[in-house]
Amino acid sequence: MTQDATRVSVPVSGSPLTSRLRRIGWAPTLGLLAGAVYCLIPVVWVLVAATKSSAQLFTSFTLFPGTGLLSNLHDLSAYRNGEFWTWMLNSAFYAGVGALLSAGVSGVTGYALAKYRFAGRNAIFNTLLAGVLMPPVVLAIPQYLLMAKAGLADTYWSVLIPSILSPYGIYLARIYAAGAIPDELLEASRIDGASEWRTFRSVALPMMMPGLVTVFLFQFVAIWNNFLLPFIMLGDDSKFPVTVGLFTLLKQGAAAPALYTLVITGSLISVLPLIALFLSLQRYWRLDLLSGAVKS
Amino acid sequence: MLSMHRRIALGLTAAGVATALLAGCSSSGSTSSAGASTQATASGPVKLTYWAWAPGLDQVVAIWNKSHPNIQVTVEKQASGDDLLTKVITAAKAGGAPDLVQAEYQALPTLVSNNVLADISKQDGSASGKFAAGIWKQVTLGSNAVYAIPQDSGPLMFFYRKDLFAKYGLTVPTTWDQFAADAAKLHAADPKKSLTTFSSNDAGLFAGLAQQAGASWWTTSGDTWKVAINDAATQKVASFWGNLVKNGTIDNQPMYTPAWSKALADGSQLAWVSAVWAPGVLSSSAPATKGKWAMAPLPQWSAGENVTGSWGGSSTAVTNNSKHQDAAAQFALWLNTDPTAVAALVKDSYVYPAASDAQTGGALATAPDFFSNQPDFYTSAAKIAATTAPAAWGPNVNVAYSAFKDAFGKAAQNKSDFVAALNTMNQATLADMQKQGFKVAG
Repeated sequence: MTQDATRVSVPVSGSPLTSRLRRIGWAPTLGLLAGAVYCLIPVVWVLVAATKSSAQLFTSFTLFPGTGLLSNLHDLSAYRNGEFWTWMLNSAFYAGVGALLSAGVSGVTGYALAKYRFAGRNAIFNTLLAGVLMPPVVLAIPQYLLMAKAGLADTYWSVLIPSILSPYGIYLARIYAAGAIPDELLEASRIDGASEWRTFRSVALPMMMPGLVTVFLFQFVAIWNNFLLPFIMLGDDSKFPVTVGLFTLLKQGAAAPALYTLVITGSLISVLPLIALFLSLQRYWRLDLLSGAVKS
Repeated sequence: MLSMHRRIALGLTAAGVATALLAGCSSSGSTSSAGASTQATASGPVKLTYWAWAPGLDQVVAIWNKSHPNIQVTVEKQASGDDLLTKVITAAKAGGAPDLVQAEYQALPTLVSNNVLADISKQDGSASGKFAAGIWKQVTLGSNAVYAIPQDSGPLMFFYRKDLFAKYGLTVPTTWDQFAADAAKLHAADPKKSLTTFSSNDAGLFAGLAQQAGASWWTTSGDTWKVAINDAATQKVASFWGNLVKNGTIDNQPMYTPAWSKALADGSQLAWVSAVWAPGVLSSSAPATKGKWAMAPLPQWSAGENVTGSWGGSSTAVTNNSKHQDAAAQFALWLNTDPTAVAALVKDSYVYPAASDAQTGGALATAPDFFSNQPDFYTSAAKIAATTAPAAWGPNVNVAYSAFKDAFGKAAQNKSDFVAALNTMNQATLADMQKQGFKVAG
């Protein structure tokens, strides 16, 4: 999957602009444009709605910006003494640390599964594949009961620990290690006298980096957007991530007004770190082209 | 990458240490709480956690914490609704429920049948006189036990745009027949406007309307339940609204959506059958219409009657998991009956208090800001609240409510038979109770 994504971005060198223009297929282009519009309209809506004051939100034209962005930001920051920013920090902690640990575990496990032959290797891999098919939502309540038994419910650990082991991440890392690391390179390293750990650290790991960055990104987004796990695990609202926190603003009981403007502004802010992360980590994907050039 | 390895190792060690620490904490907690009721022990004040969703509760609890240094309460703010119910039940099974929870009246039987709530009749049983009998019955479930202290109530009322009613020559309906006539008259005058909407995403309102008509959805005799969601009274309500939707004289879109807020704000819907807390919702959904609304009693089934139902309303309950039930019960009673506390609840948490004294007291002396044109708002509200018909909830209200959403959602969109949808809802509820192992008659 990663390899496909990187190969697509290979520039078609030497082909003049005119010949490329002639090869435009209108049907797929229009199809993709329609898809892009479909995906972007909700983003535009959030962007526009975040600028509206509560008086403008339901009365002014949908795609016409309002004048309330600054006061919305101010109200959001003032809500319960800046609770929103605590939630953002919590999200950053869960997603950052969780994704980092997850990428590490996936890297080690994927490498071992791809490059070593040992008894039970296929059994482990098949179990992991089954884990990929299992939606994490199903596991949230059993995980809560386990955490409660261990006395860890309603702690930071209760959200962090289940995020570390990602079957999908291990699967990706295994596929990537199998494809990107030539066996000859590992043999050469062993012949030179490197230990297994050093072979992994100095030879294999740098070649796996683009794959691990992908795992990191996937996990980061998955943890950042996760709702059910923290919702079940946490009772203390000062430990909530931003997803669960904003939900409490929306559902304050029938008697109290829902804080629509704050929720919309909060949603907009909570997407920004994801966008920034994607833009800043893109360059690691290009690295793949260089490391791939060694063989062949 | 040695650092990565080291980090993982550190993380795992830290997790182990944390487990040990936590285990240590909880065991020392249980020993110190053995004799703790209202007095602090050597280890410091009794600490209570309270899951609730009403806004501004922190401020109310701060008043308690200041005057009760030995019992310190922490509010952990949650999202309201059925999801919270699931969360509380799951937490209670694992022994991790908080000391106190905010619970809607219709959720109490579910919580009691899952063994989540403690019986606090010993501590707070004498409080019954402070509440209307109908409300108190909802927290006792008709038994000698007391499972919660009532916090707020939501008697149903009729809210309408005074200016637009005058413009279209509509009379404020006192009966449901007049209500239907108004809807038809308005629709004939301007087909783009409608009197109100039938919302299939709010089973609570429908339950309140059925309650007004005299329905009793769940009843018990001994340990046997009887489910009668499709009784004659509810059928009357369902076919009344079904006909209005079928004729197209009212709208069939759900409430609490952006489109609905827009309809209220721009006057394409002229009225809302809602509860006493409606001003708060209107002020956020249609802020520009301030001062243009008025409140009247709910229309009646026959002229001269004087009955209403309720929508919403919640209570403060103590859990079986709590190690400080006496202290928790003391706090729950204070929160919902102490004049200072109730005044703060009204001001900070948008609560319409359940305690009878509070409904005519100082905190409700002036009308809500959004209805400043109707200075006697709360005086009339208290009179209406006194006419609330008793409610009868069962142990799977959440199942009945989601069956309502499904069946009436389809019926409202297709403008098809509402009584058939009601039968579906009844059947789904009955089947779920049998599946859960309740003894059900009929």
